[in-house]
Parts: sequence; C-alpha cells; structure tokens
Amino acid sequence: MFVKIEPRPEPSRVMKYCSPLIAAVLMLISGLVIFTILGKDPAQAFHAFFIEPIHDLYGIGELFIKAAPLMLIGTGLAVGFRANIWNIGAEGQMALGAIFGGYIAIIFHGSSSHFILPMMILAGAIGGILWAAIPALLKTVFNANEILVSLMLNYVALLLLELLVHGPLRDPNGYGFPQSVLFSDSAMLPVLIEGTRLHLGVLISIIGVGVGWVFLEKSFTGYQLQVAGLAQKAATYAGFDYKKLIWIGMLAGGLAAGIAGVLEIAGPIGQLLPSISPGYGYAAIIVAFVGRLHPGGIFLSSLLMALLYLGGESGQMNLDLPSAVTGIFQGLLLFYLLAADFLINYRLRLTVRRGETE
Amino acid sequence: MDVAIVLKILIAAVAAGTPFVYAALGELVAEKSGVLNLGVEGMMLVGAITGFIAMAKTGSLLLAVASGMTAGMLMAAIFGVLTLTLMANQVASGLALTIFGIGLSAFLGLNYTSIALPGIPELPIPLLSDIPVLGKLFFSYDILVYGSLALFLLVSWFLYKTRAGLILRGIGETPKSAHALGYNVIRIRYLAVLFGGAMAGLGGVYLSVAYTPVWVEGMVAGRGWVSLALVVFATWRPLRVLFGAYLFGAITIAQFHVQGLGIDIPSQLLSMLPYLATILVLVVISRDLTAIRLNSPASLGITYHPENQ
Repeated sequence: MFVKIEPRPEPSRVMKYCSPLIAAVLMLISGLVIFTILGKDPAQAFHAFFIEPIHDLYGIGELFIKAAPLMLIGTGLAVGFRANIWNIGAEGQMALGAIFGGYIAIIFHGSSSHFILPMMILAGAIGGILWAAIPALLKTVFNANEILVSLMLNYVALLLLELLVHGPLRDPNGYGFPQSVLFSDSAMLPVLIEGTRLHLGVLISIIGVGVGWVFLEKSFTGYQLQVAGLAQKAATYAGFDYKKLIWIGMLAGGLAAGIAGVLEIAGPIGQLLPSISPGYGYAAIIVAFVGRLHPGGIFLSSLLMALLYLGGESGQMNLDLPSAVTGIFQGLLLFYLLAADFLINYRLRLTVRRGETE
Repeated sequence: MDVAIVLKILIAAVAAGTPFVYAALGELVAEKSGVLNLGVEGMMLVGAITGFIAMAKTGSLLLAVASGMTAGMLMAAIFGVLTLTLMANQVASGLALTIFGIGLSAFLGLNYTSIALPGIPELPIPLLSDIPVLGKLFFSYDILVYGSLALFLLVSWFLYKTRAGLILRGIGETPKSAHALGYNVIRIRYLAVLFGGAMAGLGGVYLSVAYTPVWVEGMVAGRGWVSLALVVFATWRPLRVLFGAYLFGAITIAQFHVQGLGIDIPSQLLSMLPYLATILVLVVISRDLTAIRLNSPASLGITYHPENQ
C-alpha cells in the first residue's frame, strides 16, 4: 500500500470544517505523549488537564471567563485577518483598553453612579481603537508593515501600563505596591450566576461575537473584506477601497481588544495591575485561525483555548505539571491546524502499486 | 564625555547588537530565497534555552553553540514542513512558530531560572588589541562577536559572489523561472530556512550564554521581531543589516547609560526606546515604496510549489 497525494479538483468543504477537529485531536494525542514523557500517568494527567477544571458549575463559569476575552478579541482580529490585514497587537490594545477604562474607574472611585461601567467600556474601546490606529495610519500613509508595528506597540503598551501603575495610577494607600485601588462595586461587572464568578462581561463578549457575525457575514463591508483576502486584485478591480479595509480591519481588532481589556479589569481582576493578561492577545490569534475566521468557530475554539489555560493551572496544582505546557499546546494546536489545512486542497489516496485502476 | 566613556558605549553597542547580527542575517538569507519566517523570536528563544542548558550541563561553549543552532534548525524545520511542503500560509505559520517557541522555551527552562553562568571570556587578538583606543574597539571581544562578523562576510560573499547565491536570489525573485531552469526550488528554500533557524538559534545562544548569562523566561524580549524589522530597514542588504544591528544595539543600551548620567526618566520610558525606534525606522524606510519594491525579493511571502502551477 502506498499513500499518494493528489490535488483535489476543488477545495473540500468537509475538510475545511474537519481540519480544526483533526488539529484538536492531534493536539490531545500530543498531550498524552508529553504527559508520558514527563513521567505522569497519561490518563490521570488527561483528567487533571481537561476534565477536572470543568467538572462542576464553578469550573464551567471559569471556562467562560477565560474564553470571553479570547472570543471577543478573536472575532475582532478575524475581521482584519479575512482581508490579510495582520493585527498582531491585540495584547497591547487590550492593555490600552484597560488603562483607559481603569482611569475612569479610578477617577470616579467611590461613586455609585450607574454610568461608570458604560463609561469605562466606552473609554476602553477608544483606548484600543487609538492604539490600533497607529499601525493602521502608518500602514496606509507610509506603507509600514502592520505586523511589525502592531507587535512593537505591544511591548510599548505593556511598559506604559507598568509605568502608570508604578506611578500616577498607583493606589496612594497601597504601601507602594504597583497596583491601583480596588475598584468600587459600581465599576465592577456583576456576577450573573450564583456560585460562580461568571460576570456580565462574558455576556457582553458573546454579544460581541454575535455583532461580529452579522458584520462579517451579512454586511457589504464584510463581503469586501472576504474578497480582498481571497483575491486582492479582484477587490481592486471591483473598486473596493483597500485602505478603508485596512482601517476597518485594524480598528475592529483594537475595538474588541480594548473592550476585552476593560472587561478583564472590571471582572476577574478588579483593579489595574502591571500585567492584566496571560497572553490573551496572542492566544486570540490562534483562536481566530482555529475558528476558521468565522465567529461561530471562534466561539468554539475560544472554549478549547480557555480549557488549555484552565488545564495548565489545574495540572500545575494537582500534578505538578509545569503551566508552561499550556503554551506548547497552543502552539501545537495551530501547527496541526495549518498542517491539516493541506487536506482542504489535497487528498491522500491509498494505492496498491500493482493493479491500480486509475 | 571623554574617549573612555564613548569607547565603552561603542563596545557595549557592538555586544548588544550581536544577537541582531546573527538573527537578521539568517532571516535575510531565508527572505532572499522568498520565504518570510516570522518565527525568529521563537527560534531565538528555543536556541537561547537549549544553548543555556548545554552550557550549564557541560560548560562547553562549542556544545552550547551546536545545540542552540540545532534547536533553531529544528524549529525552522517545522516551519519549512508547514510552508514549503504543506503550503501553509507563511504569516500564520511564522506566528505559530513564535507562539510555540515562547511556550517551549519557558517549559524547557523551568529548572534553569536561578542559575547564573560564568559568561564567556573575551579573546583579545594579540598585538592588534594593544593599539590604543582602536585596539579595544575592534579587537577585544568574545569569540561569538567575531563569529558574527565572519558570518557577515560569509553571507555577503555567498549571496553576491557565488553561483549558489545567485540561484538563491533568483529563486527569491521568480521561483517559477528557477524551477524551469531545473533548480529544486523547494529544497533550496528548505536550506535557506534551516540556515535562518540555525542563525536565530545562535543569536539566542549569544544572549543567554554570553550577553546576559542567566535564563529569564522570554529573555529575547522582542529582539527576534526587531531583527525582522532590521531586514526591511536594511533593504535586504547585508552591510546595512550589520549597521542596523549595531545601531539598535546602541539604542538598547542607551537606557542604561542615560540613567548612569543621572537623568531622571522612568526606566519604562527608556525601555520603550528600541521598540519605538523600530517603528520609526520602518516608517522612514517603507515610505519609499520604490526602494522597497526594487530591493525586496519579488516572491517574498508567496507560497510556491512546482506541482501547483
């Protein structure tokens, strides 16, 4: 028997949806191998990593808390990715969202007004958009590579956040620790389900994914983005304004990341800290790809990615597994996806050398 | 400022610029063949930790260099399989490589975070290093710095003076024609990508074994990305890569010297400098669309497979 690779006459729709599943399964298999290499009982480690974290309602709440920023940012990034506009700066845009939103929470500290939360979210959105506007502007005006510019701005944004919580935004009564005051209740997202930490931000994120779906699948601009991504020349001939699409693609990611940043500090964190994200901005890139740049897929892949984060924590607590394993899983997942995508355009056929009929 | 201080700063800039020299020259060769590997940061990190472990275990610089380069090549091989054999998108694959490398290096380095290595000795070149001022500036570095200069000469010679280099550049311009002439585009691109990986790995080794001989998670700190920007900044020319690397070396160390001079600026603002400078440089260079079009390999980032045409 021989394996023969041959091009498909047309891309396989089935494989398009199967390859993320193949990738997830391959990642799980790799996980078992890694656990075994680390000298853990694979079954036990698998349980600790993938089952234990979500075996009760509280755990499911945690899963959605972690998935919320990933799905929201992933959807925002997908808008640009569809048109080959690569915003890699979500981590920094998230930090800017947190800074802007957190600033509102800090200056209105102690107030019980109902307007604080909406103002924070608005401010965070503006922060994220402004930060994403920098690479968009430099790309459209100076042709500067948006990947490198947006990525460099991540480092700048994280340093800015660190600077602010060490200085101007530090809690004056906080014994010099680099953190802001704990936000008042009015600046915190209410918990939705008793017995969990599941907060309003999760609902907002899911709504965000829905808005993204409508925009991408039902609007003309969404269609233009898709065309520009598949065949830029066709888009140009059709008279689509690519510069406009660059702006939309970049700012959508900034908007989503900025809001996600606010939801993090007004949700699980409750104050400004030097670091407000365990790499959600980068993980969301994987989420977007694994979700096939489709909001529905992104919703599902964000849950998988959130499980990897939770599994990393749980594996560390229960089995002394290093939490860095999470990063390896994330990378592997994307590798496997990119590899499995080969099967969209090609098929493997088992052939017997002799007696081959075709 | 007296000569001694200027000299000290220049020497420090060369040392700080050396990781860029390695990584950016490696990436330059890969890009010249038409492959854009955004995984430099990840390859550097994995090279850094592998070299660090080898050094900590054996104390042999040679083994550290060899294992760091091998690790970088293995990482590049993953990228090669994805983009060259399986024809995956180069941007997505490079990002995946970096994300994977960040995780893998953190994982490998878990038990090495509290160890400090002795560093590697300087190797002043006899006689030459005794020349006042210039001797110190040009002839008294460690062996990896000299190695990076040798690499520069090698890459310049290879790309512009050898037939193989010409073929490599030809493939970067029009892989289709090169294929028609009978060259194995995919194999040559693999070699270029692996070379890029080995050099990124070596740049990482320099960081973790010589420049700051301790392992800190994520210690490459964006240098891989800066190296990518340097290749653009250099408009794909080796000599300009070298110049850019030392310029960025100088910017990286500027923060320490500014604080040393007693100027009161928050350290975070100073740490932003290399990243802001990278953006500035990208803007200045990219503004000139013609220069970019003339100098960048025409097939850069575009998937090519002979059976797919």
